[in-house]
Amino acid sequence: MSTITLDSKVPSGPIQDRWDNHKFDMKLVNPANKRKFTVLVVGTGLAGAAAAATLAELGYQVKCFTFHDSPRRAHSIAAQGGINGAKNYKNDGDSIYRLFYDTVKGGDFRSRESNVYRLAQSSVNIIDQCVAQGVPFAREYGGLLDNRSFGGAQVSRTFYARGQTGQQLLLGAYQALMQQVSLGRVELHTKTELLEVVKKDGVAVGIVTRNVATGDVQSWSGHATLLATGGYGNAFYLSTNAMNSNATAAWRAHKQGALFANACYTQIHPTCIPASDDTQSKLTLMSESLRNDGRIWVPKQFDDNRPADQIPEEDRDYYLERKYPAYGNLAPRDISSRAAKVVVDEGRGVGPLKNGVYLDFAESINRLGKETVFERYGNLFDMYERITDEDPMKVPMRIYPASHYTMGGLWVDYNLMTTVPGLYALGEANFSDHGANRLGASALMQGLADGYFVAPYTVGDYLAGLLGKGSVSTDDPVFKAAEQTVHDASHRWLSIGGTKSPEYYHRELGKLVWDYCGMARDQNGLEKALSEIPALREEFEKNVRVLGNPDGVNQSLEKVGRIADFFDLGELMCRDALMREESCGGHFRVEHQTEDGEALRDDEDFAFVGAWEWNGAGTAQTLHKEQLVFENVKPSQRSYK
Amino acid sequence: MKLTLKVWRQDNVNDPGRFETYEATDVKDEMSFLEMLDAVNENLIESGHEPIVFDSDCREGICGTCGLMINGQAHGPQKGTTTCQLHMRKFHDGETVTIEPFRAAAFPVVKDLMVDRSAFDAIVQSGGFITADTGGARDANEILIPKTAADASMDAAGCIGCGACVAACPNGAGQLFTSAKLAHLGLLPQGQAERWKRTEDMVETMEMFFGSCTNYGECQEACPKEIPIDFIAMMNRDYLKSKLKNRKLSGQKY
Repeated sequence: MSTITLDSKVPSGPIQDRWDNHKFDMKLVNPANKRKFTVLVVGTGLAGAAAAATLAELGYQVKCFTFHDSPRRAHSIAAQGGINGAKNYKNDGDSIYRLFYDTVKGGDFRSRESNVYRLAQSSVNIIDQCVAQGVPFAREYGGLLDNRSFGGAQVSRTFYARGQTGQQLLLGAYQALMQQVSLGRVELHTKTELLEVVKKDGVAVGIVTRNVATGDVQSWSGHATLLATGGYGNAFYLSTNAMNSNATAAWRAHKQGALFANACYTQIHPTCIPASDDTQSKLTLMSESLRNDGRIWVPKQFDDNRPADQIPEEDRDYYLERKYPAYGNLAPRDISSRAAKVVVDEGRGVGPLKNGVYLDFAESINRLGKETVFERYGNLFDMYERITDEDPMKVPMRIYPASHYTMGGLWVDYNLMTTVPGLYALGEANFSDHGANRLGASALMQGLADGYFVAPYTVGDYLAGLLGKGSVSTDDPVFKAAEQTVHDASHRWLSIGGTKSPEYYHRELGKLVWDYCGMARDQNGLEKALSEIPALREEFEKNVRVLGNPDGVNQSLEKVGRIADFFDLGELMCRDALMREESCGGHFRVEHQTEDGEALRDDEDFAFVGAWEWNGAGTAQTLHKEQLVFENVKPSQRSYK
Repeated sequence: MKLTLKVWRQDNVNDPGRFETYEATDVKDEMSFLEMLDAVNENLIESGHEPIVFDSDCREGICGTCGLMINGQAHGPQKGTTTCQLHMRKFHDGETVTIEPFRAAAFPVVKDLMVDRSAFDAIVQSGGFITADTGGARDANEILIPKTAADASMDAAGCIGCGACVAACPNGAGQLFTSAKLAHLGLLPQGQAERWKRTEDMVETMEMFFGSCTNYGECQEACPKEIPIDFIAMMNRDYLKSKLKNRKLSGQKY
C-alpha cells in the first residue's frame, strides 16, 4: 500500500471567486510554446471533442482517439432531454447559485462544492458557445431561446433541441473538432482504441492503442493525456448505454495508479422501456422530459389485469404525486426510480411481464390537445411504438428504471487531474460533480464544461511546468513493455478455446451486478456478489471462446477485454457499496432508510469521497478518503415533498 | 419464428466476398433485427465459426453506426427506421432474408457487413462547421432566430450520418447528407458569414468521393430520419450562387 494523500487542490476564498482566482493563479504557456506540447485526447464525446477542439484552438498539438468510425458516433449523441444553463431567461428566479444549490442537494451532499459551483458558472458560457456554433436549440416565436423544466428542478433552465439535444451538442463539438483537423492542429485517429496508459517515473507519458480495423498495436507519446471515455453503466449488461460503451480506458488507468472513486454511485433512470425478454441487448431510454406532461401510476390492487383504460381513476395510484406532492412526477431520478421499484416489487407492476409502471398522457391530451402533445413528444412516441408496437397517444406508456449514468469514476482534483500526474479525466469518466445522484440535463453540461472551459486552462497550468522537457520516445522500454502487455492479452484470449461467447459472460455478470448492486443493496447480497463475481470470472477466463486472430477486425476480441474490465469494476462497485454503510442518492442500502423508506445518509461517518487504489489482480483495493466540506449548502435530508 | 438468412461475408476489402446461408431459429417478435443477428452470432461462436461482423452502437437510432441492406433496402422495410430499431415483427415465419452491407463506391467494405464511411467526415472537415472558437461567444439570446428558421435548420440537423442515402442511390451520390449539413448551418444567422465558402468547399469535396445526383429520390425514401430532398435543391441553388459570391468576396471588382 502506498501513501497517497488525496489533495483536492480546491482554491480558498469565497465560493463565487474561487474559479476566477484560480484561473488567474494558474501558469500560462505563451503561444509560441504551446505548439511544442502534444496533448493526447481519448474519446470524442462531448467532453473529449470539446477539449480536443479547444486545446487545438489554443495552439497545442492535439492527437485525438476514438474507437468509433467517426467522432460523431460517441454516445453523448443519444442524450435526449436537454442541457441546463443558469441563464434565468424565464425570469423564474434561477441563478448560478440556485443551479449550484440544486446540484449539491440533488447529489445528496456527496459532491465537492467548489467543482459544482464552477460547473454552474460555466453553464452560462456553454449555452452561448453552442449557439455561436450553430446548435439549433428550440426557439420561441419571437426568436428567443425556449426553456423547459426537468426532473429535480423547480425552475425552467433546460435548453433543448427537440428530443435530440445530445446529438446537436455533439455535432457542434464534432464540427469544431473537424475544423481543427482540417487546419492540421488535430491529428484524428478513428477506430483506435486505448488499451494501456503508459507511465514513466510515475508520470503519464502516453498510451498504447489497438486499431480495431487493422489490429495494429501502436504507442503514442504526449505531454498530457486526457481520458474522456464515458461511464461504466454497461457493467450491468442491460443499460441505456451504447453497445460499445466501456470502461476499459478508465480501468487501465486505474491499474496504472489512478484512484477510482465512488464506484457504487450509479444512476438508474426512471423512464426506460421495460425489458421484454432475455435476448434483449440493451434498454432504451425515454426522455425524462416526458414526465413534464405524463402522469405515473399503477393499479391500486395487486394483479389487476384490466387494460389501462378500463381501470377507473379511483383504482389508480399516482404514487409520485401522492408521496411527493411538491415535485410530483418531477421528483429526482433516484427517488422516482426507487418508488417504481417499490410498487413493482409489491406486485402492482403492469405489462406482460408485470415489470413496468404506466406513464400516462391522457390527462395532457385532454388539457393541451393531441397536436400539442405530439409536437412535444412525437419523436419519442414513434420510437416507443417501433419498439413495443403500442401507441402512447392511445395507451399509456410502460416504463421502468434502468442503468443510465455512472456518477462514480476516476478520482480527479479540482484541475481534473487524476492521481497520476499528467493524466486527466473529463466528463462521465471522472467522479466529478454530481455526487451520489445526477440531476437531469446536467451530464451534457458537465461534459461540455470540462471540455470547453475547465481542462483547457488546467492542462496549460501543468504543461507550463514541463517547458523545455521533450516527450518520451515511443521507442522507450516503457512503451515497448505496454505494447507487449497488449499482444500477450490478445494471445491469451485467443488461445483459451472455451465453449461460451464473450456475450454470455457479460450477460451473466450483468445479472449479478444488477441483482446485488442495482437499485437496492444490502450487506448479504453484496457479500454474496463479492464471492460470486470472482467465481464467474474464473470460469470466464477458462471457458470463453474468442475466434479468429488479432489482425484485422475481431469484434469478439475487442469485447472480451472490455468484459474482463467490467468484471473488475463490478467487483469494485460491490466493494464500494458494502463499505458505504449509508444510503445516499443512487446508492440505497436497505439497512439504512427512514421510516417511510427514504434514503438515510450518515454525514457523521460517510461525508467523504471513497477513492480506491488498485493493488493488483485478485487483491482487494485500498480505500482512501477525501473528506467533503460543506461551507455553503448545509446538508439536510433531501425532501421533495 | 424461423428465418433463413443469406448474409454477405467478405474478409477484407480485397476479398471478392460471397453469400453464406444461416438459419435463425427462435426469433421473437420483440427482438430487434440486430438482436436477431446477435443470437445467430452467439450460436456461430459456440459452434466454432467466426461471427458475422456488423457495426452498431447506440441501438436507439441516433448514432448512425448501424446500417444494412435488408432484402435490397437500406435499413430494411420500415420507413423512417434504422436497422437497430427495426423489429422482427415486420418479418414472417419461414421468410428468407438477404443481408448485405451498404453498397457504394465511396464506402469500401471493411469486413462482412461493415463499411468505411470516412468520406462523410472528409466532407464535414472541408467546411461543415461555423467558426466559433471557444470563449468569444456573445449572449445566446442576442441572436434572434425565427422559430421557423430554427425548426427548418433542426429538420436538416437531424441527419445521423448513417449513409443509407448513399446506399439507396443508384448513383451512390452523397447529396442528401451534404445538403442536410449545409442547410442546418445555412439556415441559421450564425452560419451566414461562411455560407458561400462552405457550400463550395463541401460540394466539391463531395464530388471527389461520390457519384452525381440525378433526382431519383431514393435517398429520402431510405433516410431513417426522413430528411427531404428539398435540401438538395437548396444546396444546388446555393452552389450556383457561391460561384459568383465567392469571387466577389475574394476581392473581384466589377
